[in-house]
Amino acid sequence: MKIKVISPGVLTTVQDTGRFGHQAAGIPEAGAMDRASLRLANALVGNPEDAAALELTVFGGTFEFDGKGTIALTGADMRPFLNGNRMSMNTAVPVKAGDRLELGVASRGMRAYLAVSGGIDVPVVLGSRSTDLKSRLGGLEGRKLRAGDVLENGSRPQAAAELAEVQGTPCEPVLQRLAKATSPEGVTQIRFLFGPQDAMFAEDAKKTFTDSIYTLSAACDRMGYRLEGAAVPSLNGTDILSEGICFGSIQVPANGQPIVMMADHQTTGGYAKIGTVLSEDLPLLAQLGPGKRIHFVPVTLEELGESL
Amino acid sequence: MPTDLQFFPAGDRAVLVQLGNAIDEAVNDRVRALYRAVLTAADPAIIEAVPAYTTVLVHYRPEVRSFAEMKTFLTDLASKSAAGGNAESGRRILVVPVCYGLHFGPDLWEMEEKLGLSRQEIIDIHSGRDYRIYMMGFLPGFVYLGGMDSRIAYPRLKKPRLRIDAGAVGIAGGQTGIYPSVSPGGWRIIGNTPIRLFDPAKDPAVPVSAGDAIRFRPISVDEWYEIKHLVQKGQYEPEVIL
Repeated sequence: MKIKVISPGVLTTVQDTGRFGHQAAGIPEAGAMDRASLRLANALVGNPEDAAALELTVFGGTFEFDGKGTIALTGADMRPFLNGNRMSMNTAVPVKAGDRLELGVASRGMRAYLAVSGGIDVPVVLGSRSTDLKSRLGGLEGRKLRAGDVLENGSRPQAAAELAEVQGTPCEPVLQRLAKATSPEGVTQIRFLFGPQDAMFAEDAKKTFTDSIYTLSAACDRMGYRLEGAAVPSLNGTDILSEGICFGSIQVPANGQPIVMMADHQTTGGYAKIGTVLSEDLPLLAQLGPGKRIHFVPVTLEELGESL
Repeated sequence: MPTDLQFFPAGDRAVLVQLGNAIDEAVNDRVRALYRAVLTAADPAIIEAVPAYTTVLVHYRPEVRSFAEMKTFLTDLASKSAAGGNAESGRRILVVPVCYGLHFGPDLWEMEEKLGLSRQEIIDIHSGRDYRIYMMGFLPGFVYLGGMDSRIAYPRLKKPRLRIDAGAVGIAGGQTGIYPSVSPGGWRIIGNTPIRLFDPAKDPAVPVSAGDAIRFRPISVDEWYEIKHLVQKGQYEPEVIL
């Protein structure tokens, strides 16, 4: 089955669960921003969880299929219509030749995932099909999709999962999880672990960080989210010798305004990191955009059921 | 037996192992030894590891080993790799051919004037020693090199260039490095190498790793074009000294 891009949306890229094993050489992990929604979409159409899908950002665009297959949409609600009829999210939907999927602007969430049975079949580059826009690697020619692009799906999948099997798990639809984590005032709780450099911040600075509400600035993209709110002062500056960083690392530069590293983050960084967002909460953050407010809630490894 | 390893959680799926606090060859040797031991161990808990000046960031699967178990596992690996005394083993020197000056090195003339050195003196000093790769990052295949002679240290451009060619060899303060791909940047550009420090079609995509070394070899314009031609045809084998 071919998937033809009629209108590409704002930023549509091929993504899987990420490019691993090459960060030592400076090659970023990239991959889906909301991996829980990617996994759910893949499970619904019977793909392995690391199959490649399309990540649609803010405004989804229009796609046409030229054969029989199964598709699923997860993540942000972009009011999808299939052949003019409203299409359900978080469920497997059969398609046939000539079917047209139209998406609008996300009413809730930032990123939707369109999985097709068999996965999006683009060449594997350094172990992954993910698009790395900065290095121009992977995906379709290392770039975002354009009108007129034609993608192919891979071979036949296994049996598809039922949504019922994933309720109440980290695979629960992300908008349900986001609603539970967000207060009536619109503040989303994002859990994090202190470290690796929390010792560079005094106790009252850490308290400022965990007591304050931070707003996502306009500078939020696949590389990182710059936040605005109470400045977090450091004891003796925040420059460190550059070291490896994670998807979810919370850097504090000299101005005290935190930056959360996201999927396309550089492999190394030289700012102190007060903490790291819990992997389970990264999908929530990935679904928030500029203007949204968050509250960082500290958790410990003990609370996560780990012994130290 | 290393007794000064420090472990910090970097979220619930990574641990930062710190082996020292300053840029130092001995510390970086231990970083390299631990990094190599982690790769060799091929443990199912480990996703990947990222070595830097004084640290190794280890991404792991907490469902296979807990943070506490990772600490024990990595302490054991570090002591074994240090006891083996093999930090130097497998260390390679990549010879990087560079055409200095001309349009390949637009900042060289200004440096000659300001540093009071001739073009040949700058080239001799820059290519006269091997540079340790302390770490990689910033861009795929970008090497952070140590040990440049302070006589050719020179400040960055106040206003970075919007486009620097792939292969550009530059100086920023006391550091030297190579742009592996086209990028904006503020380093002073003194030459260009026709070889590729990053080729996604190859495995490994980057021919060196942290702890290896770079040796610059001055070449003529003609040789630059000859090597470039071979690189483009996929027929150039970089010179590596073991």
